[in-house]
Amino acid sequence: MTKGKAPAYLDMDLLRFTTAGSVDDGKSTLIGRMLYDSKSIFTDQMEAIERASARMGGDEEVNLALLTDGLRAEREQGITIDVAYRYFATPKRKFIIADTPGHIQYTRNMVTGASTANLAIILVDARHGLVEQTCRHAFIASLLKIPHIVFCINKMDLVDHDEDRFEEIRDDLKAFCSKLEVNDIRFIPISALKGDNVVHKSTNMDWYQGSTLMYTLENIHISGDHNHVDCRFPVQYVVRPQTAEHPDFRGYAGRIAGGVFKKGDEVTLLPSGFTTKISSINTFDGEISEAFAPMSVTMCLEEDFDLSRGDMIVRTNNKPEVGQDIEMMVCWMGDAPLALNGKYAIKHTSKDVRCIVKEIKYKVDINTLHRMENDKVINMNDIGRISVRTTSPLFHDRYSRNRITGSLVIIDEATNKTVGAGMII
Amino acid sequence: MQSYSLTHLRELESESIFVFREVASQFENPVMLFSGGKDSIVMFHLARKAFWPAKVPFPLLHVDTGHNFPETIAFRDALVAETGVQLNVGSVQDAIDKGMSVEEKGFNASRNALQTATLLNSLEEGKYDAAMGGGRRDEEKARAKERFFSHRDEFGQWDPKNQRPELWNIFNGRKVMGEHFRVFPISNWTEMDIWQYILAENIKIPSLYFSHKRRVFERDGALLAECDYIKRRDDEKVEERVVRFRTIGDMTCTGAVESDADSLQKIIEEVAATRTTERGSRSDDKRSEAAMEDRKKQGYF
Repeated sequence: MTKGKAPAYLDMDLLRFTTAGSVDDGKSTLIGRMLYDSKSIFTDQMEAIERASARMGGDEEVNLALLTDGLRAEREQGITIDVAYRYFATPKRKFIIADTPGHIQYTRNMVTGASTANLAIILVDARHGLVEQTCRHAFIASLLKIPHIVFCINKMDLVDHDEDRFEEIRDDLKAFCSKLEVNDIRFIPISALKGDNVVHKSTNMDWYQGSTLMYTLENIHISGDHNHVDCRFPVQYVVRPQTAEHPDFRGYAGRIAGGVFKKGDEVTLLPSGFTTKISSINTFDGEISEAFAPMSVTMCLEEDFDLSRGDMIVRTNNKPEVGQDIEMMVCWMGDAPLALNGKYAIKHTSKDVRCIVKEIKYKVDINTLHRMENDKVINMNDIGRISVRTTSPLFHDRYSRNRITGSLVIIDEATNKTVGAGMII
Repeated sequence: MQSYSLTHLRELESESIFVFREVASQFENPVMLFSGGKDSIVMFHLARKAFWPAKVPFPLLHVDTGHNFPETIAFRDALVAETGVQLNVGSVQDAIDKGMSVEEKGFNASRNALQTATLLNSLEEGKYDAAMGGGRRDEEKARAKERFFSHRDEFGQWDPKNQRPELWNIFNGRKVMGEHFRVFPISNWTEMDIWQYILAENIKIPSLYFSHKRRVFERDGALLAECDYIKRRDDEKVEERVVRFRTIGDMTCTGAVESDADSLQKIIEEVAATRTTERGSRSDDKRSEAAMEDRKKQGYF
């Protein structure tokens, strides 16, 4: 692609982040602040929340939190019950916020919001420092392998913008995070209410030499967040036009889950194990020479092996695990507890299988990270380690290696509800 | 060394294509709602990309209120002729003529509510198990929590408290007989993304979106087009102004904005500078604070 005079937006990329914080950490205010200071709140939205603020008789003039409390049921109860997605853009990046509530009973929402995020913002109240909920949020972010975590030490205005207080909390957080597997952790002292270090640099904290939150969000390096090493292409759909123009076209459509595929590459097909070469990589806009995650493309192979949905195209010298015994961390989301020896449906990449739960190894106390080997009842919002046996092999990688081929959802076959999120170990 | 990263538009495109292919794989009889507005035009463009060089493997469904702008209908018919896609039309006028729906009365009469009945009826008649719509989460608060795959019970109702969690890009479209899904492939696009993409891809859109001269009158701060479907009050004076439409819905409830944006580039500049949401010119959303939430529960898109 030629650069030169192209408009800036043709160079923008996309950052998905999640925000976690307790009810009073100022999360809604922070999001409101980011939207407001980046000029992403429109006047009619502002008027609507002014009307609503007046009706609810709050003591503040305008309650910025109302911007993010979507449904009437929630507004009436003053709580957030589900993941809400918000959007804003700066000239550098488009942002998608998965805004999740922080109460203890909503672990499943945090896991959902975290599953697609490149970055997590975890809010810490400067007056209270590291509390149980902070540990839980950090643990979930690390469990879901969010590549970047930004701790925002909020309400610095209420601790006199004190550097020592900030450092004390930062050291506590660092100590806690050393128990987690996280690569990139940052700490920013902010006041969401007053706007310090959110979009604009604070004049009250000269001692802080780091970036503002917005600068961090705009500049953090994210192209390495996808796996560009292990070639994985789950076949999602088979394209067969059978028209006069394309009588013999047989293409395998899907979204690349890892690695870089090139025309001419030798590939192995799973589950058959046959080896062939990529004859072309096609898109609506023409043939391309290489494709990488997360592109959606249609591949043609030199020999016709009759692949179908659920199969996988991989590089011959770099194959995923192929097996029916799957060990995973699971976050449970069902109303009924996870049943030992219970049968469930599983969706993994484009493959559907059934499974039986063979073993519940332990449950994690998400506040202390302790393994509870004696309490094996996994209820809604619990996280535990289990192993299952599937009806046919899954082509999988460790979740820590690949978030796409390492993740799966568990479905209750009676209700069809999604009851579990699995991260393969 | 090459950097393996996508622009935001390419990443959104890839995500939407993925969703279309999931729909085609997981459902037996899907359909795509088509209104003739820019979102559904972009959605159809993405669907063509998803299945190329094969044809889009599902029909379009247009719920025609009978109050459309003539430009919208002409555009729709031209698109069908050009691409050979199958188009089905559900007519609100038919439903009224047959006595299945009753027209609202008064100055602010709109067929928006009637649209829902015809939509549900068309979905039932077509035995569709998934209906794709161009809803975007940035449009309105009640949409911010919408899933890509949104489960509906046998009455087509949306229960915000009973939606399946959606993790990673794994979509659970399992259902029992009689239930169906609404699917929103462009959930993560914003109004700005849509415009940038239309420009980047050179997608044709109805002339209504570009600035033009039109006879309009003012009501509740909105500019409505002069037409047979709206009763005017005595003090509502019609005059010719230079306007364009930010959204395209019924003539009865879609307000125009004064604008001289006659090219995509100018529209993008205008959208970037504008301080009201596009639904701000839709009187159907102003009826109450939770207007959209209520309509969605009843089965509206």
